[in-house]
Amino acid sequence: MEHIELFFKSIFVDNMVFAYFLGMCSYLAVSKKVSTAVGLGAAVIFVLAITVPLNWLLDQYLLQEGALTWLGPEYADYDLGFLSFIMFIATIATMVQLVEIIVEKFSPSLYNSLGIFLPLIAVNCAILGGSLFMQSREIETLGLALNYGIGSGIGWFLAIVAIAAIREKIRYSNVPPALRGLGITFIITGLMAIGFMSFGGMLTGGEEEATEETVENNVGMVTNTDEETSSLAIETITDTDKN
Amino acid sequence: MGLLSKKDSKLILDPLADDNPITIQVLGICSALAITAQLKPSIVMAISVVFVLSVGNVVISLMRNIIPSKIRIIVQLIVVATLVIIVDQVLKAFAYSLSKELSVFIGLIITNCIIMGRFEAFALANKPWRSFLDGIGNALGYGVILIIVGFFRELLGSGTLFGFKVLGDSVEKTGLYAFGYENNGFMVLPPMALIVVGIIIWVQRSRNKELIED
Repeated sequence: MEHIELFFKSIFVDNMVFAYFLGMCSYLAVSKKVSTAVGLGAAVIFVLAITVPLNWLLDQYLLQEGALTWLGPEYADYDLGFLSFIMFIATIATMVQLVEIIVEKFSPSLYNSLGIFLPLIAVNCAILGGSLFMQSREIETLGLALNYGIGSGIGWFLAIVAIAAIREKIRYSNVPPALRGLGITFIITGLMAIGFMSFGGMLTGGEEEATEETVENNVGMVTNTDEETSSLAIETITDTDKN
Repeated sequence: MGLLSKKDSKLILDPLADDNPITIQVLGICSALAITAQLKPSIVMAISVVFVLSVGNVVISLMRNIIPSKIRIIVQLIVVATLVIIVDQVLKAFAYSLSKELSVFIGLIITNCIIMGRFEAFALANKPWRSFLDGIGNALGYGVILIIVGFFRELLGSGTLFGFKVLGDSVEKTGLYAFGYENNGFMVLPPMALIVVGIIIWVQRSRNKELIED
C-alpha cells in the first residue's frame, strides 16, 4: 500500500514539472516534437531509477548524521550532510557517463534513440531534484527510493510528452505574434499545472477536503485571509517537510 | 561608468533586458519559479545566484587553459557544487527559517542551466574580469525576473510585500479591503508563476518586435 501510494503521489500529486518546476530547461527546449520528447522522457526515467536508489545508499551509509557507525563506534557522531550536494552531483555525472558507455556497448539501437539525450541529463534539475527530495523527505527503504525514482521519472515523462503533443498542434493556431513560441508554452504549462492540481485530493480520499469544508462553513465566507494564503504558499514550497 | 569601458558595461546591461537569461535565452527556469510566491525568498535566491555565477565564472575563466575539454562538465559541476555548499551553509547559519523555506532549491542552483550555460558559452573563452562582469549581468537579469514575479505574486496573492500588509488588513477590512477587494489566493499556487512569466515574455516581446519567434 505504501508503495502504491508513493508511486501515484510522485507521478501526479508531486509532479516534477507541474508542482516543483524541475527540469524546466530541457522541458522547454526539447518539447518541439513528440518523438524526441519520448526519447528524453525515457532517458530521464532510466537515469532517475538508477541515481535515486544509489544516492539513497550514499545518504544512508555515508552522509547522514551517525551514518558512519558501520566503520566503528568512534565514527558515530560524524555528520557529513554538508557534502551531499557535491556527492549527489558527482554520482549523477559519473552514472550518466557510465550508463552512456554501457548502453553504447551492449545496445546500439537503444543508444541511437537515447544516446544523444544522456549528456543533457547530467545537468537536468529533475535528476538532482529527485535525489534532494528523496533526502529531505527521509524515504525509508531502498525499495521506496527506487519506487520514488521511477514514479517521478514517469511524471516528468508524462509532462514532456503532453506539452510536445500540444506544441505540435498549436503550430496551426493563430497565436498573437508576441506570444508565439516561448510565451504560449509557459501559459499552457501553467494551465496544465492547474489541471494537475486537481489530483491533489486523490490520495487523501477527499477526507482532507471534507474537514476543510466544514471549517469553511463555520467561519463563513471569510476564507482568503492573509494567514491562509501565506501558509498555503509556504506549504507549497516546504511540502517536503511534511513527509 | 568611468571604471567600465563601453564594451564592458554592455556585458552587464544586455542580459537585463534584450538578452535576458530567462525570457530570451530560456535558461535557469528550473529553480526560479518555485520560490517566487513571496518577495523575500526571491531576493535571497537572486543574491545567491549573483554570488555563485560571478565567482564561478571567474574560477572557470582562470582555469580555462588547464581544463581538459573532455572532463570539463565534471569540473564545472564541482566548482558550482562547492560554491553552492558555501551559500547553503551561510544561509543555514544566518537565516535558518529562510533556508528551510527555500529547502532543496538552493541545492538546485547547481543544475541551474544559467550557470552551466554561462560557463560553457562565456567563461571558457574569456578573461576573468570580463567573465566576472558577464556573470554579474546574467545573474542580475535572472534576479530581475525573479523579483518582478515575486512582487506580483506576493502583492496580488497575499496583499503583502516582505510580509508588510501594504493593501490594508483583509480580516479587519481596512485599506483596499474596505472597498470589497479580495486577495487572489490562486497567485501563490505554483501554476501562476508560469503564467506570470508567460505574461512578462508577452509584454517584453510586444515592446521589442525583433525578439518575436518564427
